[in-house]
Amino acid sequence: MSIVSFLDKNKHFNRIILVLRDVMSRPSGAIGLTLVAAHLVLALISPLIVPYDYKAMNSALMLSGPDSAHWLGTDHVGRDVFTRVLLGGREALLVTGVATPIAVIWGGLVGIFFGLVGGRIDEVMMRVVDAFLSLPWILKMLVLIVTFGTGIEVLIPTLAFFYGIPVIRIARAATHDVVARDFVSAARARGHGRMSIIRRELLPNVLDTLMVEGAMRWSWMLLAFSSLSFLGFGVSPPTPDWGLMIADARGFMSFAPWGVLGPVIALSSLIIGINLTADALAKALGIDRAQKAPI
Amino acid sequence: MTTPIIDVKDISVGFTAKSGATLPILRNIDLTVSEGESVGIVGESGSGKSTLALAAMGFLKRGLRLLDGSVAFRGKDMFSLTRTELEKIRGGEIALIPQNSGQSLTPTMRIGAQLIEALRLHSSVPASEHVTKAIELLGQVRLPDPKAILSRFPHELSGGQQQRVAVAMALAGEPHALLLDEPTTGLDVTTQAHILELLRDIAHERNMAMVYVSHDLGAIARVCDRVVVMYAGEVVLEGTTRQVLKNPAHPYARGLLASIPRLADHHLPLALDGRPPVPGGVAAGCSFVDRCALVKHRCRVERPGLAALPDGELARCFYADKTAEVSLAGLGVVPVELESRGTPALQLDALSISYHQPGLLNKLLGRAETRVATVDDIDITVCRGETLGLVGESGSGKSTILKSVAGLLPPAGGKMTVAGGKTLAPVVDNRPPDHLRSIQLIFQNPDDSLNPRQTIAEILEQPLRLYFGLTGQDLYDRSVEILNRVRLGGHYLDRLPSQLSGGEKQRVAIARAFAADPELVLCDEVTSALDVSVQAAVLDLLNELKEKHGTTYIFVSHDLAVVKVLSDRVAVLYQGRLCEIGPSNQVYASPSHPYTEVLLGAVLEPDPDTAPTLSADDIVELSPPARGCPFQRRCPRKIGSICDSETPPWHRLDSGHAIRCHHKIDDLAAAQVVAVVE
Repeated sequence: MSIVSFLDKNKHFNRIILVLRDVMSRPSGAIGLTLVAAHLVLALISPLIVPYDYKAMNSALMLSGPDSAHWLGTDHVGRDVFTRVLLGGREALLVTGVATPIAVIWGGLVGIFFGLVGGRIDEVMMRVVDAFLSLPWILKMLVLIVTFGTGIEVLIPTLAFFYGIPVIRIARAATHDVVARDFVSAARARGHGRMSIIRRELLPNVLDTLMVEGAMRWSWMLLAFSSLSFLGFGVSPPTPDWGLMIADARGFMSFAPWGVLGPVIALSSLIIGINLTADALAKALGIDRAQKAPI
Repeated sequence: MTTPIIDVKDISVGFTAKSGATLPILRNIDLTVSEGESVGIVGESGSGKSTLALAAMGFLKRGLRLLDGSVAFRGKDMFSLTRTELEKIRGGEIALIPQNSGQSLTPTMRIGAQLIEALRLHSSVPASEHVTKAIELLGQVRLPDPKAILSRFPHELSGGQQQRVAVAMALAGEPHALLLDEPTTGLDVTTQAHILELLRDIAHERNMAMVYVSHDLGAIARVCDRVVVMYAGEVVLEGTTRQVLKNPAHPYARGLLASIPRLADHHLPLALDGRPPVPGGVAAGCSFVDRCALVKHRCRVERPGLAALPDGELARCFYADKTAEVSLAGLGVVPVELESRGTPALQLDALSISYHQPGLLNKLLGRAETRVATVDDIDITVCRGETLGLVGESGSGKSTILKSVAGLLPPAGGKMTVAGGKTLAPVVDNRPPDHLRSIQLIFQNPDDSLNPRQTIAEILEQPLRLYFGLTGQDLYDRSVEILNRVRLGGHYLDRLPSQLSGGEKQRVAIARAFAADPELVLCDEVTSALDVSVQAAVLDLLNELKEKHGTTYIFVSHDLAVVKVLSDRVAVLYQGRLCEIGPSNQVYASPSHPYTEVLLGAVLEPDPDTAPTLSADDIVELSPPARGCPFQRRCPRKIGSICDSETPPWHRLDSGHAIRCHHKIDDLAAAQVVAVVE
């Protein structure tokens, strides 16, 4: 066992290194990963480095433009926009950072299961999934949030649940391709059980797709979270949040655009960063249709 | 001296590796093809033969670069032409017929529209005559009822018909040169033989230059005047087909010939050990040095040039005059017949398998299913230690039978019994562990049957843990032992399948099957995805394992020669029904079932003196007939309505040889033209 498990870890470790190296060697991967890493680091250390108190209002400085003291100016109650932009991603990253893995894991496992079982159950379940996907997401989420209230403990399960559903489809499609291959037939002919086949044969081959899908879902989820905040169902004031900041500042956009610009740039740079990374990851893993796998 | 149509001068083609180094995959190749001449390019996968053929039409795959040399087509330098000029030449003056024409035909366009498009772009035929010309072309490629074919879609045609349409499209532009890239690979033997005859006729009729790329020396022997043998991106031998196939002056070509199993042989073909170098892997010296039997010190330090021999052959070997020492006969081991006969290892009684599910309405009304079963009426007994070969064309149900025995496809009827008279459960989930262990399946393509994400250790671990509960040191020791048995070492344990060659992968797949210590091993076309030299090694290994462990094999293949070298008994299947069964030397000799005779006639030998005998049409049937003899629609010896209405009786001959036909045995024997004479 010892030697096998050691080799096992070694193999995965090697592959992760190779994939990361490949991602970094691509322009999209290098830019994307740098953006994402910068956001994560800033989210961690921003409380220590912000120049002002995010709650401190100053009626003398309402909607003043950028200057050396306030790089991104101030908002309608005189709070420093730069401070609030630096802090505004923490809540979003926390919620989506927890909800994304949950969504990918539950959606992935359900998808793999239906992909393996196939047949009529699979057909029926996929129609249910389709029906679910055909409803606008914001409507479904608002119903839950209005019922159970806002706050992290409601937002995380809600986002994880709704964003897991499209993962089912992706995981099922990827599983279908794998199930048709002879090594799965070989495992079945040997007499392995269903769980053993999922764990040993299917999961390792679907994992690549799930990783890329997870990255894509993450960026969608960030957008959804910000939208909810924008509508007033995400973070409650005075906690700074990009979506909320955009909502607050949009009324003054014509004469104080810095209030909107700051959070918009922050949010879009993170989403673009994630998308670029996902793109490079797909290419490195060889699941990008346009290109063959180098690893 | 005729003028050369294609003149490839000293070209080298390569790509830039990730490390930044330029790695050549073609090195200093010269090739001239004259009017009316057909040149074969042979070599194993990765030898650069397809790259060379494509380079001859001025095309390089993405990532490849021309490093040196030039390609002239009728005096024009193909690599200095503009895009528009090239477009005019390609498809018109020089046409390509690819390996899988089913994929190269547009699926949403009717055959007529595609042909007319080719005529519009590449010929001077006026638009008003396009349809007439298209019909004429389809007639020239011997397609029955060309008018009807015009309005069909590609998926409505069989593989052989699609290939014929591809030929017709290539001929539309009245080309001066025809490039064929493995045009018959993947087709059934009878279809292949028909297509080759067609190509041969067309080349003679039209006086075209033809470049024929193939790994199959049998096909080359049939259509080519001259042969170029490639190895690791170099031409190692060039000569007339007769010279190259009868007495080649290069050790590699000799090894290749010796590794081809032949119908008349009793012994296994001789494997060519080792593997070709990777691109950029040859630093100095001869590229074949690691696998050569005649290797001397000089071969390692100096690269041999392509030198002319007294008989006109060109060979890249310092010791071309001594190559006669390398055996051509392929005198491998003679497979032993194991003693323990008599006790059945597997018995199939009236087995029938159907892919159709009975419809819901029929189930509710209690109506019997009207569709004909895919496989029906199979009675086969395989004795312990025996190797049973199953042969037949695609769709004959040979793999389907294996799947049912393995429990992956429950049969619709009949009974399967294993050793000791125990009934084998139809579905794998209901089988006791001992039955699961004793029957193991080896698949055709190791790329597909080995999980790409598992190391060899993990792959071998699965049967060892499942059946024997091995863990820790025991598991490791046993894995190494099994790898040694298939002539791989323990150092393979931590590798992934993608790091192995095709032959090594198939060995791992064999090792995984033998890890279960099986009594019955089902081999499903286990060598057809491999190069011939590797195929010989795998056959040798299977034979060795059988000798050591007394394993029973059911060996499925479409290749009659491969089946013959390994099998004690052979069963011939057509459309899921048995036609003939018996000891292999008797099945291959006269008298035979008419279908066996057709199959034998279509076998291509790598010998310019033999020609296939084509007695039946190469049509492909989609479903077996409801009544009568399964072969009724194609049989060259059809008697009449009795064949259509009544299931033919079994004629039982001595030593278990049985033929199912309405003809009397003596009539069959008297009428038979093709048989293997030993």
